[in-house]
Amino acid sequence: MSTTAAALPKLQEEAYRGAWSWITTVDHKRIGILYGMTAFCFFLIGGLEALIIRTQLAVPEGTVVAPGTYNALFTMHALTMIFLVIMPIGAAFFNYMIPLMVGARDVAFPRLNALSYWVFLVGALFLNVSFLVGQPPDVGWFAYAPLTSKAFSPTHAVDFYIFGLQILGISSMMAGFNFIVTILNMRAPGMTLMRMPVFVWMTLVIQFLVVLAFPIITVGLIFLQFDRFFGTHFYLVEAGGDPLLWQHLFWLFGHPEVYILILPAMGIVSEVLPTFSHKPLFGAPFVIFSGILIGFLGFGVWSHHMFTTGLGPVADAAFSTTTMMIAVPTAVKIFNWIATIWGGRIRLTTAMLYALGFIAMFVIGGLSGVMHASPPVDLQQQDSYFVVAHIHYVLFGGSIMGLFAGTFYWFPKMTGRLLDEKLGKLQFWLQLIGLNVTFFPMHFLGVDGMPRRIYTYYGTDGWNGWNMVATIGSYLIGVSVLIFIHNFFRSLRAGKPAGADPWDGATLEWTIPSPPPVYNFARLPNVTSSRPFWDVKYASPAQKAQMEKAERERGAEHIHIPPPSYWPIVLAMGMAVFFAGWFFNPFVNVAGVLIVLAATFAWVYEPGH
Amino acid sequence: MSIRRHRVLALCLLAGAVAALAGCEMVSHTRSTINPVSDFGWAIQNVYKQIFWWCVGIFVFVEALLLIAIFRFRVREGSHETPEQVHGHTNLEIAWTILPAVILVFIAVPTIRTIFAVAAPAPADAIRVTVTGQQWFWHVDYPDLGIRTANEIHVPVGRAVEVSLHAADVIHAFWVPRLGGKRDVMPGRTNRQVFTVDKPGLYHGQCAEFCGTSHALMRFDLVAEDPASFDRWVAEQKSVPAPPTDPKLKTGATTFLTAGCIACHRIQGSPAQAQIGPDLTHVASRARIVSGMLENTPENMSRWISDPQAVKTDARMPNLKLKSDQVEVLVAYLQSLR
Repeated sequence: MSTTAAALPKLQEEAYRGAWSWITTVDHKRIGILYGMTAFCFFLIGGLEALIIRTQLAVPEGTVVAPGTYNALFTMHALTMIFLVIMPIGAAFFNYMIPLMVGARDVAFPRLNALSYWVFLVGALFLNVSFLVGQPPDVGWFAYAPLTSKAFSPTHAVDFYIFGLQILGISSMMAGFNFIVTILNMRAPGMTLMRMPVFVWMTLVIQFLVVLAFPIITVGLIFLQFDRFFGTHFYLVEAGGDPLLWQHLFWLFGHPEVYILILPAMGIVSEVLPTFSHKPLFGAPFVIFSGILIGFLGFGVWSHHMFTTGLGPVADAAFSTTTMMIAVPTAVKIFNWIATIWGGRIRLTTAMLYALGFIAMFVIGGLSGVMHASPPVDLQQQDSYFVVAHIHYVLFGGSIMGLFAGTFYWFPKMTGRLLDEKLGKLQFWLQLIGLNVTFFPMHFLGVDGMPRRIYTYYGTDGWNGWNMVATIGSYLIGVSVLIFIHNFFRSLRAGKPAGADPWDGATLEWTIPSPPPVYNFARLPNVTSSRPFWDVKYASPAQKAQMEKAERERGAEHIHIPPPSYWPIVLAMGMAVFFAGWFFNPFVNVAGVLIVLAATFAWVYEPGH
Repeated sequence: MSIRRHRVLALCLLAGAVAALAGCEMVSHTRSTINPVSDFGWAIQNVYKQIFWWCVGIFVFVEALLLIAIFRFRVREGSHETPEQVHGHTNLEIAWTILPAVILVFIAVPTIRTIFAVAAPAPADAIRVTVTGQQWFWHVDYPDLGIRTANEIHVPVGRAVEVSLHAADVIHAFWVPRLGGKRDVMPGRTNRQVFTVDKPGLYHGQCAEFCGTSHALMRFDLVAEDPASFDRWVAEQKSVPAPPTDPKLKTGATTFLTAGCIACHRIQGSPAQAQIGPDLTHVASRARIVSGMLENTPENMSRWISDPQAVKTDARMPNLKLKSDQVEVLVAYLQSLR
């Protein structure tokens, strides 16, 4: 589909109406919205799971849920928040913003992008359908062998885990390659790598982590599937296997995964802080390089999750040292962020509050991380509530706060309306207080010897008070999320019109209307610095005249918009059928493969490409 | 700063103080990780204390810097001037790269020293204890003393103890917080923990690695006592109980052998010699039953025997559907095994 900007509004109206247009869409902006909305629904589900967990633990010997249900809840809470919330909300921002920020009309492979989303949806449903058949995964998100073997987990619970993660992995891998190619190949003229916004840089690092880390868990899961389905013994000691193999594979994936979860927030914060300080990011090359270094070192620290397994003092010392090294690039980032706001003109919008809250909370999670980087200390803290406090400061205080910063920052770009600032600030303060009331006492509980993943405790254990406090805090967080939902729907309908550039931004996405037209840029921008829009807005009159002249000299541009396609969703359905086959019989597997092959064939020969 | 802001600050401080005081009231004394009673625990505590204060210092420094920046450079009403566009400062970058690296050296050195110190082999005269984790209780063996018991470990104060850890099914973790750190209990390999307890007392322990449905109830006790008491305990555990003579206890012993208990449990001096479930030779000597879950009273014991799954979900001990008079004589018999 080729045309010019003038002819597009009509075309947009026709192709952009009704449910079918969403099902067949290959527009990165719409796919971003699909990712975001889906992930938000799962955020509510995962949050509900957390609230049930906290209600059960509010008092000793709680009777809200049965032990087996509790175990399923903490397993699904982790899987949901990691794979169905933080990763896809990150993906929503990558999808929507990366082409806009690098000055492109879409991602490199728009149909592959649609396929990533549909496969993600299939994987998410696969994991959660387990609730409907009464066999949700209940072995922890880390699923340590041999508890996952047929002997100890005879139901399909572990199978839902295996195939759910495999499907989600396929989706993440496809998106990973898509964004690597998009970022490397689709940048507007003049946008050199070092002129890319830091959010784009962090996205690039994340995608490399994804494509390198996910194959490892894929192999681990295939071994597990073979053990369960075909009687192999990769993880079973009786036959010469080794349960530690799973732990190595899992954490070799699992630790880079932690950075997959935190780097999007770091990227967002690196955009929000400069905008609302009215300054450029301080030491941008250092922020970028430390992001790369964090990603690189992230592959060399996995055994710090295994200090208690008895790998021996040499391995412990080595992994302790590499883990501590990660604190250096992390500190560099934090100092650069503070230096960014130092001397600036700080506007405390909700987005900015969330970005600042991110720094304040992430520091706490980072420091407790330094504590258990020390194996002797970790021997006490591992698998205690101290670690629960740590990961929630990193993933809630860090990732979720960063993602909320991004939501308040880019919502106006996506919808053309501003989220209400009053409600936003109320939400922020309630959430900040709530998260500290919930998670800070968990440090004390851990120090007092309360293990993780226990569905009950006794009044005589001395853990009553702080558990009650934590539960009260979790309800505060719940209220803050309800405020956000209210704000979201109200602002969507009747929020203040945003205009193209509500925050006085410096990057390319603010140069185009909100919401952006289907083709994003009527003319691809010409980039000459890391703050292209700032340069235009704050140029001297002479520079402005020169720019306008150059702009006039460029003629109308030919615009190529990829047409919609339903083959991605058909292919995703084929995968769903294939994986469902493992629960029924091989013919269903074969049917799935046939659908995938047919859809791929049709995809390749689809007219218009 | 206005008076109002001072008030808010004072209120915050007050709230913090109250919370801190409340915290003192909310401390667990039997499981605190920072109140060690063994050399192993103290070694960890030493490293932890150093790192803790470094972290507190860094925390205060960074958060203060952040707050100062926010308050100092917050936009004033009507101010629209563009701040100086600073892009970076190389010397600053070098400084804040080196500073954390130097602090980390101060953390890494005691860390690595302690890693090797706590991994040292046990002295030759150490008491050897073998602990085997199994869904959801613990076998306890003293190979040199010929004792087998369950869920209650006795050690003498002032003498090194070497605990060897085995798993009978899935991965568990052995953790007595006041003694020191935890070690995973792995199928197919043996992990060790060496410590000398310096203070007599009853210390609670618990499985710390998620191991299935009733992971939360896989508890145990560690009793550290003076050497004389320990020796008395050893003698008691080594004795073989005489067959009962009281008619009620006799019926109980027969019930034990005929109702199915014999399939899993051992009572020395009787034909019951299976070693799947906990050894019951001296079950009445233990303070608690069902792996540290319930006080060892006749009522609790009959509750457990009558319907194990109602007490501990998915417990491996089958419900033998015993009649209440059977349970009564069984409990009487078991309670006689001191």
